[in-house]
Amino acid sequence: MQKRITNLPFRGTPEQEEKLRAIIAEHKGQQGAVMPVLQKAQEVYGYLPMEVQAMVAEGLGVSLEEVFGVSTFYSQFSLTPKGQYNISICLGTACYVKGAAALMDKVTEILGIQPEECTEDGKFSLTACRCVGACGLAPVLTVNEDVYGRLTPDEVPGILAKYQ
Amino acid sequence: MENMVNIKINGMPLSVPAGSTILEAARYAGIDIPTLCFLKDVNQIGACRMCVVEVKGARSLVASCVYPVNEGMEVFTNTPKVQKSRKLTLEMLLSVHDRHCLSCKRSGTCELQALCQELGVEQDDRFDGDVPDSILDESCSHLIRDNSKCILCRRCVAACEQQHVGVIGPNGRGFDTHIACAFERPLSETTCVNCGQCIVACPTGALQEKDQCQEVMDAINDPDKIVIVQTAPSIRATLGECFGMPIGTNVEGKMVAALRRLGFDKVFDTDFGADMTIMEEATEFIHRVQNNGPLPIITSCSPGWVKFCEHYYPELLPNVSTCKSPQQMTGALIKTWYAEKEGIDPKKIVSVSIMPCTAKKFEVGRDDQDAAGVPDVDIALTTRELARLIKAAQLNFARLPDEKFDDAMGVSTGAAAIFGATGGVMEAALRTAAEVLEGKPLEKLEFNEVRGTEGFKEAAYKVAGMDVKVAVVSGLNNANALLEKVRSGEADYQFIEVMCCPGGCVNGGGQPIQPATVRSFTDLKALRAKALYDQDEAMPLRKSHENPIVKKCYEEFLGEPGSHKAHEILHTSYVARKRF
Repeated sequence: MQKRITNLPFRGTPEQEEKLRAIIAEHKGQQGAVMPVLQKAQEVYGYLPMEVQAMVAEGLGVSLEEVFGVSTFYSQFSLTPKGQYNISICLGTACYVKGAAALMDKVTEILGIQPEECTEDGKFSLTACRCVGACGLAPVLTVNEDVYGRLTPDEVPGILAKYQ
Repeated sequence: MENMVNIKINGMPLSVPAGSTILEAARYAGIDIPTLCFLKDVNQIGACRMCVVEVKGARSLVASCVYPVNEGMEVFTNTPKVQKSRKLTLEMLLSVHDRHCLSCKRSGTCELQALCQELGVEQDDRFDGDVPDSILDESCSHLIRDNSKCILCRRCVAACEQQHVGVIGPNGRGFDTHIACAFERPLSETTCVNCGQCIVACPTGALQEKDQCQEVMDAINDPDKIVIVQTAPSIRATLGECFGMPIGTNVEGKMVAALRRLGFDKVFDTDFGADMTIMEEATEFIHRVQNNGPLPIITSCSPGWVKFCEHYYPELLPNVSTCKSPQQMTGALIKTWYAEKEGIDPKKIVSVSIMPCTAKKFEVGRDDQDAAGVPDVDIALTTRELARLIKAAQLNFARLPDEKFDDAMGVSTGAAAIFGATGGVMEAALRTAAEVLEGKPLEKLEFNEVRGTEGFKEAAYKVAGMDVKVAVVSGLNNANALLEKVRSGEADYQFIEVMCCPGGCVNGGGQPIQPATVRSFTDLKALRAKALYDQDEAMPLRKSHENPIVKKCYEEFLGEPGSHKAHEILHTSYVARKRF
């Protein structure tokens, strides 16, 4: 599946930019610098929007497309921001057969976002993951560090309400 | 004596230069190993597996395009294992390929199609894969990308990187991999300079110029329109290739005859506009030398280069000559001087150009290119589109008589003829600048130092007692390297010629497509350029300021080169553009 690209506005801070510039300066001139710089940039920003990739491209003297190509090749890179609360729904085998797809449908319906997207207010983001190692609790949904198991779709609104 | 190694290819002993690839070595033995992703000096990544061969002792088949030979190596290029592998590669490519070949513009020049035929692929749907949707990127004025015909060979990507633009590349991974721009934006929103080098690198129909043949025929068939065509210097040296003629055949006469038979009301020569460009540019150069700058002056004939400068070196825009390109000068004079003389309303004129260049399609729509209040040129066609028009009209090109351009703007000089090759504009300008400044005829017209297909050339000349340092670059990677030096003050040239495409217009993105087998092992640029230098040498007039129509144009209409009126009609302006 093609990676989703956020259409939310960029909210980078001057402090983040300063950190990124330092990272770029540290790797400039190195062969294969794009990869480590993107990894560290994602640590700073949480994701890799165009504004960040453009800074990386300009700073390292490579084309924006080259940077983007790397960012879409490796699954570790995200092009969408994470919300204050990241909802992760396990779509591993056990959770899937126990009805995780219905949980996913419910969350997307309530929040109006698809997997790999973030709500406009920056509150919630949604990801589909593969097995959190709690198959006995299937189907499982996590909100940041909180784990919710043996769920039915009816319970989803109540869980989300806790974080509103 | 070169270092040689002894190898055997299909049992035949052979001595080849050390460092050769198996692909190159096989050519010495008269064997053309099939390739797809390989394009010499552009794309050498060994990715497509088309060129696999067996090497004795090697564990698996090897990619001959990147595998170097060594002493005692035994290579087999045509074993059942090799044949089976190549055929399977083709069948797999076809499984995800839009196979509507009959109506594909590249039918007949498609390298995938040719290989299927040569290697005997009997079934185009042996495997049924997921053919990507045909989502077209038509955002630019010059090209269309159709990824349903893309085989992911990356030749376009390499060509774009070689132009220092690099706006296309592989996005995604595995089956999702597709060639596109950063953040999946349309090409028109990138720094694409419209050079079309990606199109001539593409082995299939995934990349195409935006075909405007129908627009031209509609204009010709409209009784209210007067349709005037002009042809760029390099078209006559390349058009013949579309009709099976040897590379470097000058077909000027037949080209003119064909254009008349297509129904154009007047057939003019952009070479006339090139002579006008020299008059204006040489004057501008002399003026800048006498008035302290801005120097170096940089030529402005190549719209791909101009857009590159606007994106990447906006601070050097004051250095770029304000002269319009020969296409735009010819167009402007058609709709002003010629229209006035003939009593034609310029709005009734449809001005068509035949260009070696896809960036010309962008140039015609630029601001400040409308001397008569309407666009100087309405439609710019590529060499390939002209060939298509000729074929559609069922003209037997080889049997056409040789005809001459219409006089009003059909007389030109050898100086204009060489515009189509890298170094040509510089040489033409030097011929005129030197003679005008020195006030006496030049003893030798050839400026050999700026000739040849190398990407970077420099020379120093004495012009009227003054030292003039010049540089000539073609291909934007070379241009970029030079401009870095200009920007940093490291280079102290007075005059720089930049051509966007490697080798100049003869190798433009609108020129006939030659397959990689020809491009990799033939000096296309030199062969085509030779036709132009031969033409120059055979011409009675070889200096732009001797062109009688040019003289008449200044006497009747513009006054002096560089006059206020000349500036209004023949000069333009540029805009700084964003990089991201």
